[in-house]
Amino acid sequence: MSVRHALLALLSEGPKYGLQLREEFEARTGEVWPLNGGQVYTTLQRLERDGFVESDGTGEEGPQKGFRITAEGEQELARWLSTPPDLSSPPRDELVMKVLVALYVPTADVHAVIQAHRRYVVELMQRWTRIKEDDAGTEMNMSLAIDAELFRLDSVVRWLDAAEARVNRAATDGATTWADQARSASPGNQTRTPLPRHRREKRVRR
Amino acid sequence: MSMLELRRVSKSYGQGDAEVHALHEVSLTADEGEMVAVMGPSGSGKSTLLTIAGTLEEPTTGEVLIAGQPVGKVSRGTKARLRRRVIGYVFQDFNLLPGLTAAENVSLPLELDGLSARKARVPGLRGLQRLGLGERATHYPDQLSGGERQRVAIARAMVGDRKLLLADEPSGALDSANAQAVMRLLLDACKKGGMTAVVVTHDAQLASWADRVVFLRDGRVTDQTTAAAGPESLLTPERNQ
Repeated sequence: MSVRHALLALLSEGPKYGLQLREEFEARTGEVWPLNGGQVYTTLQRLERDGFVESDGTGEEGPQKGFRITAEGEQELARWLSTPPDLSSPPRDELVMKVLVALYVPTADVHAVIQAHRRYVVELMQRWTRIKEDDAGTEMNMSLAIDAELFRLDSVVRWLDAAEARVNRAATDGATTWADQARSASPGNQTRTPLPRHRREKRVRR
Repeated sequence: MSMLELRRVSKSYGQGDAEVHALHEVSLTADEGEMVAVMGPSGSGKSTLLTIAGTLEEPTTGEVLIAGQPVGKVSRGTKARLRRRVIGYVFQDFNLLPGLTAAENVSLPLELDGLSARKARVPGLRGLQRLGLGERATHYPDQLSGGERQRVAIARAMVGDRKLLLADEPSGALDSANAQAVMRLLLDACKKGGMTAVVVTHDAQLASWADRVVFLRDGRVTDQTTAAAGPESLLTPERNQ
């Protein structure tokens, strides 16, 4: 969440005080992305340093200091709004990493790992859905922010489902993981059998 | 009190080499006023679980209790009465009768239970109004949108103040907004009307409406969600500091 640009957006409506900006930020983002006071004031200082806002110059830094957006600030806001965020490279997703690693750990049950993550994510979704249902009926901003979170978490569950289906298919096809091979090996022979060449290549691609 | 209880229910089809185990010792409870979602991929046994819970099929082993009463030993007539008066079903493809209006579809279970068409019409209309479809009462299914048809199906499943609603992918054919609306209706019926709902779905967004989510894999209950912390804990200011 770009606090800088959220503050510029609020100032594009007209001059505001620091405290007012903090309160409006929380109201607009439905408290999904809460801020502390210090974060608001330091961000405002940087915006002023960069020439995107001007302060009334009176008094000390803090809740009562007034701010307004400059022409440069307006341009920066417009540029930010119309610039898509960089989604071109996959994020380093810890959950994905854990499932991938579980495939290689002989003692790990990849199904149990997948299910532990699935349950956690669904529990989170239950909590967000409850918040949306309880509080957000009339609050458009909060509903939109929670919807975004629900769709994001939903995509995680879908990936876990797809991953599990893929693991099941691989087991059915006989193309087992290292962990499966280690488990099926005799107790005295727990060394890892190298994967067939085409499986190694697949892993490199992943 | 448990409105529905499955005790170590198993279901197999076929014999010998052709035997298929659809459910393995599934135990599940749904309390009065509770909404339980059963989540699992295709072929995990979700629909079999629902038909057994609804007394439409007999388990191979194990026991089903509805409102504390075992249904395994009761007569076919008693079971049929249970299905007409206590249990309501919602299907993915609505299963409305095309030749009947929305109101006639909703009041049909009451007529089948012996009420005259005139007397059944009143609760039928009330059910439609409760779901915001009062003005669509005289429309036929093909004159209704997908979302409206599913709401009619829910009204039909709930008519006569039935206590247990079993829904099989109730919003599978609907877009996201309508699917959410269907889940909101079901949750309302549980929280305000004291109904118990068991909803099977593969969709996590829909399952997240439930009080509890039970995970089914290969005919086995593998896991379930635990009572989550209060929702406000997701909104504490410390999150982003």
